[in-house]
Amino acid sequence: MINTKHTLVALVEDKPGVLNRIASLFRRRGFNIQSLAVGGSEHPGLSRMTIVVGGDSAQVEQVRKQLEKLINVVKVSDITEEDIVTRELALIKVKATAQTRSEIMQIVDIFRANIVDVSPSSLTIEVTGDEDKVNSLIGLLREFGVKEIARTGRIALTRGGGS
Amino acid sequence: MKKTGAQILCESLIKEGVEVIFGILGGAVLPIYDTFPQYPQLRHILVRHEQGAAHAADGYARATHKAGVCIATSGPGATNLVTGIACAYMDSAPMVAITGQVPRSVIGKDAFQETDITGITIPITKHNYLVTDVAELAKTVKEAFYIAQTGRPGPVLIDIPRDVQQETTEFIYPDKVDLPGYKIISRGHPAQIKKAAKLINEAEQPVIIAGRGVIISQAYDELRELAEEAQIPVVHTLLGISSFPGNHILNLGMLGMHGTGSANMAVQNADLIIAIGMRFDDRATGNTKYFAPNARVIHIDIDPAEIGKNVLTEVPVVGDIKSVLTAMNSQIERREHVAWLSQIEQWSYEYPSQEIREGEELLPQYIVQQIYDATQGDALVVTGVGQNQMWAARYFTYIKPNSLISAGGLGPMGFELPAAMGVKVGCPEEVVWCIAGDGGFQMTIQELATITQERIAVKIAIMNNGYLGMVRQWQELFYGRRYVDTKLWNPDFVKIAEAYDIPGVRVKRREEVIPAIQKAMEYPGAFLIDFLIEPEENVYPIVPPGESLARFLELSKPEVRGGKL
Ligand SMILES: Cc1ncc(C[n+]2csc(CCOP(=O)(O)OP(=O)(O)O)c2C)c(N)n1
Ligand SMILES: [Mg+2]
Repeated sequence: MINTKHTLVALVEDKPGVLNRIASLFRRRGFNIQSLAVGGSEHPGLSRMTIVVGGDSAQVEQVRKQLEKLINVVKVSDITEEDIVTRELALIKVKATAQTRSEIMQIVDIFRANIVDVSPSSLTIEVTGDEDKVNSLIGLLREFGVKEIARTGRIALTRGGGS
Repeated sequence: MKKTGAQILCESLIKEGVEVIFGILGGAVLPIYDTFPQYPQLRHILVRHEQGAAHAADGYARATHKAGVCIATSGPGATNLVTGIACAYMDSAPMVAITGQVPRSVIGKDAFQETDITGITIPITKHNYLVTDVAELAKTVKEAFYIAQTGRPGPVLIDIPRDVQQETTEFIYPDKVDLPGYKIISRGHPAQIKKAAKLINEAEQPVIIAGRGVIISQAYDELRELAEEAQIPVVHTLLGISSFPGNHILNLGMLGMHGTGSANMAVQNADLIIAIGMRFDDRATGNTKYFAPNARVIHIDIDPAEIGKNVLTEVPVVGDIKSVLTAMNSQIERREHVAWLSQIEQWSYEYPSQEIREGEELLPQYIVQQIYDATQGDALVVTGVGQNQMWAARYFTYIKPNSLISAGGLGPMGFELPAAMGVKVGCPEEVVWCIAGDGGFQMTIQELATITQERIAVKIAIMNNGYLGMVRQWQELFYGRRYVDTKLWNPDFVKIAEAYDIPGVRVKRREEVIPAIQKAMEYPGAFLIDFLIEPEENVYPIVPPGESLARFLELSKPEVRGGKL
């Protein structure tokens, strides 16, 4: 059994308590959520959740089917094996001095990231991309001193015209 | 005309065909109770503890195939329901539990008797609701019954703040539900059914494991047709008992921890397992690592999440059992399986699990068998949890479909009396026997008052061994016979019954058994028999925890069999 990261995408009703039901199910079945992102979808009244979990395929399939049983969950797909676009957004606050500022700005340029806030002692950088890109940017910025990081977790859609 | 939330609730219940509600009142449900007199067609049965209300609703549901309804006030009333709700959830019994909640304005403020019952019951309900707008109430009740009673049944809880019960709106009962996230796959996939039929036709040593799903789907005839046509022996889980006639030549009895030798040997040596409406509970499979090592597995169940959960399945068929078996049976070829069936017969001689010792002792197995003889199987049997449950399961011959009501998944002591009450209320024409443990009986003994107040004619047989017997048996076999805190001092149960205005007798010897049962049967109302059984009688066979099903202890050979796995 190969333990890998799986990306589950769930369409869920936008009602109070739904997140609680989903979190409760993961906890009860002994699953660790590595990241969870939730927001509106193309359907009014439905949110789309992207959940990243670790586990072998059989375990993840079991949790997918358990999720499907929740009345407020309309559809769940494991899209790990599909051709997908994944993105994450991160905000990174990094120490910046007069000496380091331009070097940081060069790195930001290379990553096609943006500077969204500037203070005398720091820069806040916004970056989107897949996790690898976000991780490597953070890695490069560490040497300047990273003060705070906020990441959204992965969101994902399948490529192409189908749904 | 506008109606109050309480009236809307009652009228919605009536629309759902509800006749009986088990419950206890309190501040947060007073508006509901206050409207009950307007609806005399709703019979409310006042229990003495909310756990009793939930178990009674569960018993009612299992016996009638209709959702049982219970009601409790907020806070302690609601939390007292929890055991009964969890029990119904584990055993897939349809139930609608209604709880009062503090008024909306104080929810979240730790108000008097406020508990987050929807939060508490998330993992033990199929779904639950907090109704925050009276306009949502009728729709919510409609959905609750639909969800509870369809697909794989289960409990649904509706939490209604007191002020919502008093608020008014037009009553419109929807005739349809709109639940985009609720899918029921009732017809099995034809290609899967075809594959399953092919495996069955090719098998040399097939075994059917029948679970409660057969009973829920009422697929008794279809199961029987399959078994008879292809001459496939049938074993069943505890909850599958009475899905297939107990006196049928192909019935090998219960499998699992306390299964019969021949049932467990057949499963372990099978080349094909046809699992029907069962979920491979560990009490049924023993250690799954060693479960049926040479068998291919067909698993038929309405719940897709059961497929592959505990045991790898070669051919899953998701669907309603009655519909799947109907489609499959037409593709099944006549078979004889002579060699296989005679091998199984051999095992039944080799491991005569059903034998009852001769002699003076008052043995529980004998008592259960005598209750069977006296009723000729024309009774519904409700059990407690523990040894009494296993004896009731094994020594009564269940001929009538759905005639054993037992809490298998959760196994809560104290189920017996209130569940028997619910069964009797649901099936007033049936003879209902409650086989109780002396320990479990004392966990819900207060319901004797309900039984008298509501004239519920259940026959109670206490298997009084003076012990938490099943636990004592484990201490004997697996903890060096160290009996720590399993010995019970018991009150005089006959006097207790008398105090509740229920007649009873005590039985100490074998020859008193038949007359006592006769007396109970002849008495028109509830009756109690306190059977002082052999205190250290054990349930055999027993598969020690962690072992394969083929390694069971028997009375005559009280050591683990060395046989092949
Ligand atoms: C509420 C609850 N508490 C504890 C247990 C653990 N338990 C299982 S069987 C058993 C003994 C039951 O004793 P009794 O009701 O006298 O039945 P017996 O086994 O003696 O027939 C116990 C304590 C349980 N199943 N349910
Ligand atoms: Mg006992």
